Amino acid sequence: MAVNPGRRRAGARGLTGAGPFTYAVLILVAVLSLFPLYWTLVGASTSGSRIAQTPPPLLPGGNLWHNLDIAWNQVHMGQALLNSVVVASCVTASTVLFATLAGFAFAKLPFRGRNALLSLVVATMTVPAQLSVIPLYQIMARLHWTDRLQSVVLPNLVAAFGVFFMRQFLSEALPIELVEAARMDGASSLRILWSVVLPIARPGMAVLGMLVFVQSWNDFFWPLIALSQSNPTVQVALAGLGGGSYDSDQTVILTGALLGTAPLLLVFALLGRQVVGGITAGAVKN
Amino acid sequence: MLDEAVPATPLGRPRPAPPPPRPWRARLYRWDLKASPYLYVAPFFLCFLAFGLFPLLYTGWVSLHSVDLQTSDQMQWRGFDNYTRLLHDDLFWNALRNTVTVGLLSTVPQLLMALGLAHLLNYRLRGRGFFRIAMLAPYATSIAAATLVFTLLFGRDYGMVNWLLGNLGLGHVDWEGGTWTSQIAVSTIVTWRWTGYNALIYLAAMQAVPHDLYEAAALDGANRWQQFRHVTVPTIRPTILFTVVVSGIGATQLFGEPLLFGGGATGHSGGSAHQYQTLGLYLYDQGWYAFHLGRAAAVAWAMLLILLAIGALNLALVRIRRSRNGG
Repeated sequence: MAVNPGRRRAGARGLTGAGPFTYAVLILVAVLSLFPLYWTLVGASTSGSRIAQTPPPLLPGGNLWHNLDIAWNQVHMGQALLNSVVVASCVTASTVLFATLAGFAFAKLPFRGRNALLSLVVATMTVPAQLSVIPLYQIMARLHWTDRLQSVVLPNLVAAFGVFFMRQFLSEALPIELVEAARMDGASSLRILWSVVLPIARPGMAVLGMLVFVQSWNDFFWPLIALSQSNPTVQVALAGLGGGSYDSDQTVILTGALLGTAPLLLVFALLGRQVVGGITAGAVKN
Repeated sequence: MLDEAVPATPLGRPRPAPPPPRPWRARLYRWDLKASPYLYVAPFFLCFLAFGLFPLLYTGWVSLHSVDLQTSDQMQWRGFDNYTRLLHDDLFWNALRNTVTVGLLSTVPQLLMALGLAHLLNYRLRGRGFFRIAMLAPYATSIAAATLVFTLLFGRDYGMVNWLLGNLGLGHVDWEGGTWTSQIAVSTIVTWRWTGYNALIYLAAMQAVPHDLYEAAALDGANRWQQFRHVTVPTIRPTILFTVVVSGIGATQLFGEPLLFGGGATGHSGGSAHQYQTLGLYLYDQGWYAFHLGRAAAVAWAMLLILLAIGALNLALVRIRRSRNGG
């Protein structure tokens, strides 16, 4: 993880170098991983008649702006992107905040029932989304909140995986002596949280923020039920595109997919190393 | 605990006593010490109660009623009717079967490949950063986007996959039309999105394996495969178990991929012959296309019971293994 970059290198030093077979397999896997994304760009930049020909197009064409124009103005991808940014930002901010609070308590503060409650947090991760959508739909329908963004923000204000992630992070990163020293100086809990915990938690919060943003951006099942094509998130708009809600050819569908994926891929290209670190950090130590 | 942290003062002189705190401040301080942990975990548990536990239980209550989607606040008591109806519905059993087969098709090869990939990534490599990020790119792609693209790649007439098969001298496959072919295609989407993610999780676990274990195995004459089989896999078993559980839960609720794979307005039926309709899709079909929220709730609880049964079975297997190893 980001806090301890030296460890990985030390572990790798004694390892054997990779042979040509290893490189061949890894390159093949990298190609298979990236090709569908590349082909999204190819499809989004060709014309509807070209994509329905054999052999299929393998190089980008010159139709990208035309297709973007259709996606933006007829399918309202602009509105969908804006909605997704709003929803994912709200969910990320609140999840990171609440997960840090709870993670700090579970990692460093002694209190009655701590272990039982932590087990409960982990157990909630196994409950499928299907078990909450029906009552949530009834509530949102009664409040007339269906098709409004708060219906997809509210149920996702905090996630168990985030609490667990911040607990793991703070268990390692935050020395208990710091908390105790601040306490002996008479600092209140709020003061300790603000001046001691948050500065140390910041790298973990950043990684968690990225993971939550990706998850929220890609959330599908509940938004599909709560929202409609008149006020969709990106994923709901894509479902409409694929499900034939619009009279659009395949190139426009691929343009929508491109628009919905490009922001996240950009983040990945810029911050990929931290995301990789975050994903592996959350899973190893349990 | 706090007393132990106070260092002994030099020369044994008593520390200057701090000014006695005013009683209300002291009381506030103690209250703060006791209550703050609960305040910190409260938001999570309040959210869980409101949006997790309550809906879970209320879904069970709804499943005993007849509820129309359009008038979802009016419920009529029906007892266990929804469940008996479910047990006599061929489509429910079909969806359950599909969920199991697609679940196996999408997780077993995926996790095996991830394990192999992690092993390869664990060698000293040039471009390791590139390989990792390339393998993680599908994870950043949403289910909807990935499925729309793969639907075109698996297209019957102009799809890339059939074009490649044609070049190899094989005939075109109607991927969406057949039972096995459509389930393989849907599983491919899941496998594409998650293999790299799981490989990185395995890789992190492998890097934590102490290197002397390999040296000892090499001294005993173990070749690379034997080292992998007898050192790596047993050491990272907890991580493997973790990914199996997470993938299993994901496979049980598989929804977006089969919904959008057909590429038409009838995605909720999972193909014209329901050939890839999963339980998640069946629930959606019952609730939001047949307008029977009560029946949908019964499907949700059936899924919960299935998950609990799998969990109990898993626990029993672990217990048996432990007692065998112990004895």
